[in-house]
Amino acid sequence: MSPKTLYDKIFDAHVVSEDADGTCLLYIDRHLVHEVTSPQAFEGLRMANRTVRAPDKTIAVPDHNVPTTLGRDNPDQMPEDSRIQVAALDTNAKEFGIHYYPVSDVRQGIVHIVGPEQGWTLPGMTVVCGDSHTATHGAFGALAHGIGTSEVEHVLATQTLIQKKSKNMKVEITGKLNPGVTAKDITMAVIGETGTGGGTGYVIEYCGEAIRELSMEGRMTVCNMAIEGGARAGLIAPDEKTFEYVKGRPHAPKGAQFEAALDWWKTLYTDEGAQFDKVVTLKGEEIEPVVTWGTSPEDVLPISSVVPAPESFKGGKVEAAKRAIEYMGLTAGQKLTDIEIDTVFIGSCTNGRIEDLRAAAKVVEGKKIKVGRAMVVPGSGLVRAQAEEEGLDKIFIDAGFEWRMAGCSMCLAMNPDQLSENERCASTSNRNFEGRQGYKGRTHLVSPGMAAAAALTGRLTDVRELMTETAV
Amino acid sequence: MEKFQKLTGIAAPMPLVNIDTDMIIPKIFLKTIKRSGLGVNLFDEMRYDRQGNEIPGFVLNQPQYRDAEILIAGDNFGCGSSREHAPWALKDFGIKSIISTSFADIFYSNCFKNGILPIVLPQEAVDVLMKDAEKGSNARMIVDLENQTVSTSEGETFSFELDSFKKHCLLEGLDDIGLSLEKAPAIDTYETKMAQERPWV
Repeated sequence: MSPKTLYDKIFDAHVVSEDADGTCLLYIDRHLVHEVTSPQAFEGLRMANRTVRAPDKTIAVPDHNVPTTLGRDNPDQMPEDSRIQVAALDTNAKEFGIHYYPVSDVRQGIVHIVGPEQGWTLPGMTVVCGDSHTATHGAFGALAHGIGTSEVEHVLATQTLIQKKSKNMKVEITGKLNPGVTAKDITMAVIGETGTGGGTGYVIEYCGEAIRELSMEGRMTVCNMAIEGGARAGLIAPDEKTFEYVKGRPHAPKGAQFEAALDWWKTLYTDEGAQFDKVVTLKGEEIEPVVTWGTSPEDVLPISSVVPAPESFKGGKVEAAKRAIEYMGLTAGQKLTDIEIDTVFIGSCTNGRIEDLRAAAKVVEGKKIKVGRAMVVPGSGLVRAQAEEEGLDKIFIDAGFEWRMAGCSMCLAMNPDQLSENERCASTSNRNFEGRQGYKGRTHLVSPGMAAAAALTGRLTDVRELMTETAV
Repeated sequence: MEKFQKLTGIAAPMPLVNIDTDMIIPKIFLKTIKRSGLGVNLFDEMRYDRQGNEIPGFVLNQPQYRDAEILIAGDNFGCGSSREHAPWALKDFGIKSIISTSFADIFYSNCFKNGILPIVLPQEAVDVLMKDAEKGSNARMIVDLENQTVSTSEGETFSFELDSFKKHCLLEGLDDIGLSLEKAPAIDTYETKMAQERPWV
């Protein structure tokens, strides 16, 4: 048998049928559902008198719209239209009999944090959700990607997707990371290298020593932003860390079933000699803490750089860079560390896990923020509870941060957590698009440590400068 | 779904690269539980000021492009979120085809579910079409799905590649779910097999 990539192995294990032109019906093991991209799909089922084929494999949680303030069970806290959407998910989950974590449940949170936390996401699975950051689950060696609402309806009705195989891309991060450099810096540095369209048509497998050294949380951060590089899915081969993370989770297999699963999971790696259509290699030692200066995730530079001149780009990017610099209120040649920050947001499916909160807390401990507002939004109720057990909430509150309830919050700013016009934010989220965090809001994407550093100094800051004071 | 007919229409030029789904339909309009009615908010933040007045410079506000049915766009159109509200808004406005050098994967696939034809052409061809679109409403382009060609108002013609299954579904206006449900026996067989092989799933 010819050598296969990890992606090929998972894809092939899920083919229900294949047409002569290579169009496949791919079986879906887990379907995650949230309130914003599902109401039309459930409505479609009703109109056509169809049911959910595999409710036991379908898991719903409201996250995009929900307020993150205390006392949010009170419906008056939500605008009418948001309330209608969450109520629709309540009703749909009940009516179609799917697993559900309502806002009042401590396990509620961002769908991509809840899935792994509850053991729904397992190695070798196919996982989809009507959300592009489904790529997160690839950290487990699961083939996971975002789908549109029509496809949500298709998966609800058939538990399959119509798919053709993507191309294989290998992103290797060799060597070790320097102190202060994180998974977020890796994934942003890769996008800086490939551009936001570089991964289009590909599934990325991340590998190399620096990736292997990452925790599961870090691996999720890396895979989360595969989509920002244009790849629908990012994958990391499962290993002992993966199995250890999965073991004992509520919906992970137990006992003999776990052992049987483990036998299969251990076969999930790219075979020696398997062919990749594209290979990108970065040296871990050369990656610095990075920030975005513009309005596309590819506008990435090391924190030690300056705002680039639009003329330094080629083609359509010259105009786009001009527009971005104007939108961001910057000038070419300006040092990135001179950019003053109004607001700091720590959270999202990219960086809302316990390890992210620990990293930020380590930087802020015993200090006070200089920015106008700073908020920490844990990725799930359980992350929040864990952080409170470790006393992280006190560290943040004492420093001047708001300590919020779980949800997507200011990552996409559908709920009331929004930037005002020209407000500048250092954010641990994943998109710096125009208007993303609020109309005319300005976003700089950074790691949790860098966000914490910006909160303390009131400007974009190299977190390593603050780390010299404490043990790294 | 409606069948995709041969299209003769006005094309609007949008040369900006990386037009993302947040630009196409800002998140405040995602709170709907319907698919329809989003056309008025297409490109909302580029199209209107905060008071809701049209921004005259924006291409779709210009008289010659108000009835555009085709967009000629810069690289990587539709990047970002998986929100199908983006193609819903485009369709509701009246856009039936988008031409670019590249599209984001999820957006590309969402278009076909809504009867919109995204066409990928090389930079040189897109440059020619962009120039033609800049001529305004007198310059009507022809998108011929059957023959997989796009023609400028001057008759210059470019061929494009397209997946045969996607083409078939668009031409016939087929419903994916109906097609896949015809394969229910194969899904049953797969599930039975997996209950043995990977019972933990």
